[in-house]
Amino acid sequence: MDTPVLELKNVSKTFPGVKALDGVGLQLFPGQVTALIGENGAGKSTLVKVLTGIYTPDGGEIRVGDTVVEFHAATDAVKSGISAIHQEAVMFDELSVTENIFINNQDRNWLGMLDWPLMRKRARQLLEYLDVPVDPQTPLKNLSVAHKHMVSFASAISHNSNIVIMDEPTASLSHQEINDLYKLVRRLKEEGKAILFISHKFDEIFEICDRYTVFRDGQLVGSGMIGAVTQNDLVAMMVGRTVEQVYPKTDAEIGPIVMTVQGLSHPTEFNDISFDLRKGEILGFYGLVGAGRSEVMQALFGLTKTNAGSMTLQNKPYAPANTSQAISSGLVYVPEDRQHQGAILSLPIFQNITLPRLGGLSRHGFIDMACEYDVARHYAQSLNLKAASLSENVENLSGGNQQKVVIGKWLATNPNVIVVDEPTKGIDIGSKAAVHQFMGDLVAQGLSVIMVSSELPEIMGMSDRIIVMHEGRIAARFDRDTASAEAIVTAATGAA
Amino acid sequence: MTNTPSPLARILAHREWILAAIIILMTVGIGTQEAFFISPNNLSELLDDTAILIMLAMVQMLVIVTRCIDLSVASNLALTGMIVALINVAHPETPALVTLVMSIGIGAVLGAFNGILVWLIGIPSIVVTLGTMSIYRGMVFLLSGGEWVNAHEMTPQFLAFPREVTLGLTTLSWLAIIMIVLVALFCRYSATGRAIFAIGGNPKAAVYAGLNVGKYQFITFCISGAMAGLCGYLWVSRFAVAYTEVALAFELQVVAACVIGGISIAGGIGSVWGAALGAIFLGLIKNALPVLGISPFWQMAISGGVIVLAVIINSRSEKQVGRRILREVHQ
Amino acid sequence: MNRQTLQQTAPHTTQHQTGNQRFLPDNLNGAWRNRLLRWETLLLVFVALAFFANTQLSPYFLDPWSLSDATFNFTEKAIIALPMALLIIARDIDLSVASTIALSSVAMGAANSAGIDPAGMVAIGAGVGLLAGLFNGYIITRFDIPAIVVTIGTMSLYRGIAYIVLGDGVYRDYPQGFAFFGQGYVYGVISFEFTLFLLLAVIFAVILHKTIFGRRVFAIGNNPTAALFSGINVKRHRMVLFTLVGLFSGIAAILLTSRIGSTRPSIAMGWELEVITMVVLGGVSIMGGAGSIAGVFIAVFLMGLVTFGMGLLNVPGIVMSIFTGILLIAVIGTPIIWRRVVQAQKMRSKMRGG
Repeated sequence: MDTPVLELKNVSKTFPGVKALDGVGLQLFPGQVTALIGENGAGKSTLVKVLTGIYTPDGGEIRVGDTVVEFHAATDAVKSGISAIHQEAVMFDELSVTENIFINNQDRNWLGMLDWPLMRKRARQLLEYLDVPVDPQTPLKNLSVAHKHMVSFASAISHNSNIVIMDEPTASLSHQEINDLYKLVRRLKEEGKAILFISHKFDEIFEICDRYTVFRDGQLVGSGMIGAVTQNDLVAMMVGRTVEQVYPKTDAEIGPIVMTVQGLSHPTEFNDISFDLRKGEILGFYGLVGAGRSEVMQALFGLTKTNAGSMTLQNKPYAPANTSQAISSGLVYVPEDRQHQGAILSLPIFQNITLPRLGGLSRHGFIDMACEYDVARHYAQSLNLKAASLSENVENLSGGNQQKVVIGKWLATNPNVIVVDEPTKGIDIGSKAAVHQFMGDLVAQGLSVIMVSSELPEIMGMSDRIIVMHEGRIAARFDRDTASAEAIVTAATGAA
Repeated sequence: MTNTPSPLARILAHREWILAAIIILMTVGIGTQEAFFISPNNLSELLDDTAILIMLAMVQMLVIVTRCIDLSVASNLALTGMIVALINVAHPETPALVTLVMSIGIGAVLGAFNGILVWLIGIPSIVVTLGTMSIYRGMVFLLSGGEWVNAHEMTPQFLAFPREVTLGLTTLSWLAIIMIVLVALFCRYSATGRAIFAIGGNPKAAVYAGLNVGKYQFITFCISGAMAGLCGYLWVSRFAVAYTEVALAFELQVVAACVIGGISIAGGIGSVWGAALGAIFLGLIKNALPVLGISPFWQMAISGGVIVLAVIINSRSEKQVGRRILREVHQ
Repeated sequence: MNRQTLQQTAPHTTQHQTGNQRFLPDNLNGAWRNRLLRWETLLLVFVALAFFANTQLSPYFLDPWSLSDATFNFTEKAIIALPMALLIIARDIDLSVASTIALSSVAMGAANSAGIDPAGMVAIGAGVGLLAGLFNGYIITRFDIPAIVVTIGTMSLYRGIAYIVLGDGVYRDYPQGFAFFGQGYVYGVISFEFTLFLLLAVIFAVILHKTIFGRRVFAIGNNPTAALFSGINVKRHRMVLFTLVGLFSGIAAILLTSRIGSTRPSIAMGWELEVITMVVLGGVSIMGGAGSIAGVFIAVFLMGLVTFGMGLLNVPGIVMSIFTGILLIAVIGTPIIWRRVVQAQKMRSKMRGG
């Protein structure tokens, strides 16, 4: 057995109210790719932040080679030979590609001044090595999402680290770009680097990883060679039980057309979007990140101005000038980013639930508090919200319960059409099932749902029809029965 | 396959050139009306007159780039100016160079106080410097007892320093030019300078790159304070008087110069040249008003109006062009 | 939608979960309410201390007329502090209020010179303030620029216009009928200014804490994006708030001009700082989303008593500004440090326990 180049023993990290890491261990070996697997909230991101010096652990030890190390800043980790490609866009848009690559690792000349010619030369070499046709002097903001990603790779490689962490590196890449990435990972492997590969996609885990480590609720639940397990084994470890049926699609009766969209266009974001939506239907919108789905939905909600096209809602012309008109016309939008766009965390539950329909709870602009509590309690209880009282701030609730507040808030407006953007992003599998169950109930009651999702199983499991978007246009339409995973992905990546 | 920026974006990227062109056009335009305006003498006087604004605007640029603002510069200037003037009165033997170094040191300490409150306690910079603006100004009064320190009380060496003429320009003008070059070099060729721009552009990414956002904000407040201190000495000796209301509301002109120079109040974007040109633009207006027969009382309203106009123009040129999902639109 | 339609919406929600329904109480004596109470209690204690100190400084302080006089030096600022509290709760700020006073006062002076009667002057004073606020709000929301920069610009612009109009001159000779607003008494020693302030304080308290508008102001201040997604027209609300602040600056200008009976372009110099200090001293979060009119109301008295006391000690105005500056920083800094200390203690005790 090899000796690990990096070893974590009994590492813990506590935040107020949460034990994010609870005595976990991890080993990385030279020339091998280790997959780190776990649900959202299992502690993967915290681990990455501990490994890269952004968080300091409360206890345990990190050993690089034979030495025990302590990181107090991101630069400490780099010095120990650990570099990371972070999941979030943590780059500097206003700075040049060269500068982004060498942001904390600049070359200097004999005067102690930054040596730009040398750095540009090295940047060019790195980009050539990665096969990225980008001029190192371009400002980063002019690059495509995929190229930005490659620049962060270049930055990670520039340190010549022995340990490379990749946090969901394929999340925003197309099919071809993912293949290029695999090639790169294999090349790093051959050079003897130890790689920690964090991913949600089992196909890629089985394609390029050698080992696995599974976290659940901040604890290590298993690790070993990837060849010794099946996908089902990994899922069982992740969720702590076997998951049979995650997508309880109830067959709702599909009724007449509720909403039509004709030739909806925006100068830069999307073009010629046409579809209709029936009563009791779940219409799925699939596409890669940045395909323009959210932009279309925001146009439906009156947030984004369009320059062409028409809509009807309930057989009446529908052209919302702002969100308030959309809501009163019976269309609501449950945004993707709960923390920033959904709930108002530092306000109490009842104020969150009633916020979009305050107009109906007041006389001459004065709020009827008793009525307000009634409405809030009604939705809180029917959604089985777990909280101490209705006056508790939403920030004190768990992720699943926050989601319930957001949903309750929209139901309280009595809508006909609900647009849900990535409904299960960032919540655990148990809550996911509840949200899916709930969407099934909604359509069973005669509502119509438009669901934007980047998760293929969710789209295929829940939708009656599927629209695939690619680069701001509708690339394909599928019925529930005719949809195949291959066809959907091909359309989404523009390969068709 | 990088996206080619639109022609408009390319022009706006060279905003300093546009500003420079406007300045030259205005100068020439006024010169055709009043020939003496473009005489070397008048132009060097104009530079001498604007030098302090240029120096303060450059360092304010650094503060603004880190997403902060320093409204206490004018009060810092007044306080430091008063302190060195009083020292000069009490100890006339102090050499000018020592006074100079002292003023930088005092200013830096006052700036560091702002910086510590922003960095370690995390109070928004606008609140901190609004507070210290009135604290420092009040301290000038406390120190001087509301009295003026007049020219005859100061030593000739103290007064002469900024006014000595070398190669047709005063020491004050030369200092401004040297500072432009120094700060420009600092921005381009020092790790600290680059870090300032990086943390301003994306504070979150800065944490991942191991850059301590607060620390660099602190550094810019120290630099801003040091420069304000230096300018305090220069101001008091140039105008040969120190009193409580020295440079009252001057911070507004400094911020105006930055905004006119294209420095984004949202952070991360700005250049030394932009700040300097913004200052020169304001200096030009101030000096042109009497030449054109306009009351000097117009100056305040004009700088206010120009701030508002400039932020509108900045906001339009900075506007995120969207993600530009449709491909043919941006190619 | 009202109570009746509630039943119709019920079927939309899941029914299979209703079995294990739990009763949720309205309120469990929320922790934040306690905290707020504590802050306001603390302010009251300070008010009492300042009051006591003033009685020690001057034997005449308790005289009703003296007390009435004491209110004049803060009432005008306090009237701006009320809408400013709403604006800061909504995560905005207006630094141009003092300059708006100057502009508005100059407009009234000019109107007086042109022979317009006091009623017309009042309309002009309030109108100019309203327009100044509207202009701020329009520029800020239309171009999506931070309020700080825009109002730094208009701070210089508005006072600059006052200087253009008046230069180093002065407007005097306001008519007798105009004097009532700043010098008149409604009943006994109760001045018109002070009565107006009390009335406005009640109105603003009701607006902020009892109406939809107030609720939306809190929502916007806590999370502008979520507010937008909840169907709140965020831009329009911000516009209204800036316009309100402008309007009340105009009203303050009427009172101030009437009280001192003259207008110079340098009138009310530096007031923006004192107004903002009153608001944050009253417990309004400078980051938006939290605060109460009751807190601001008490803070106004605290500031007023302290300034009056310093006046009794013959402390010059510029030195008081040191006090205001320190107060501003201390009031914002102390809770931040306090929170950190408490959090550190919690972490420590948790580590010991677990």
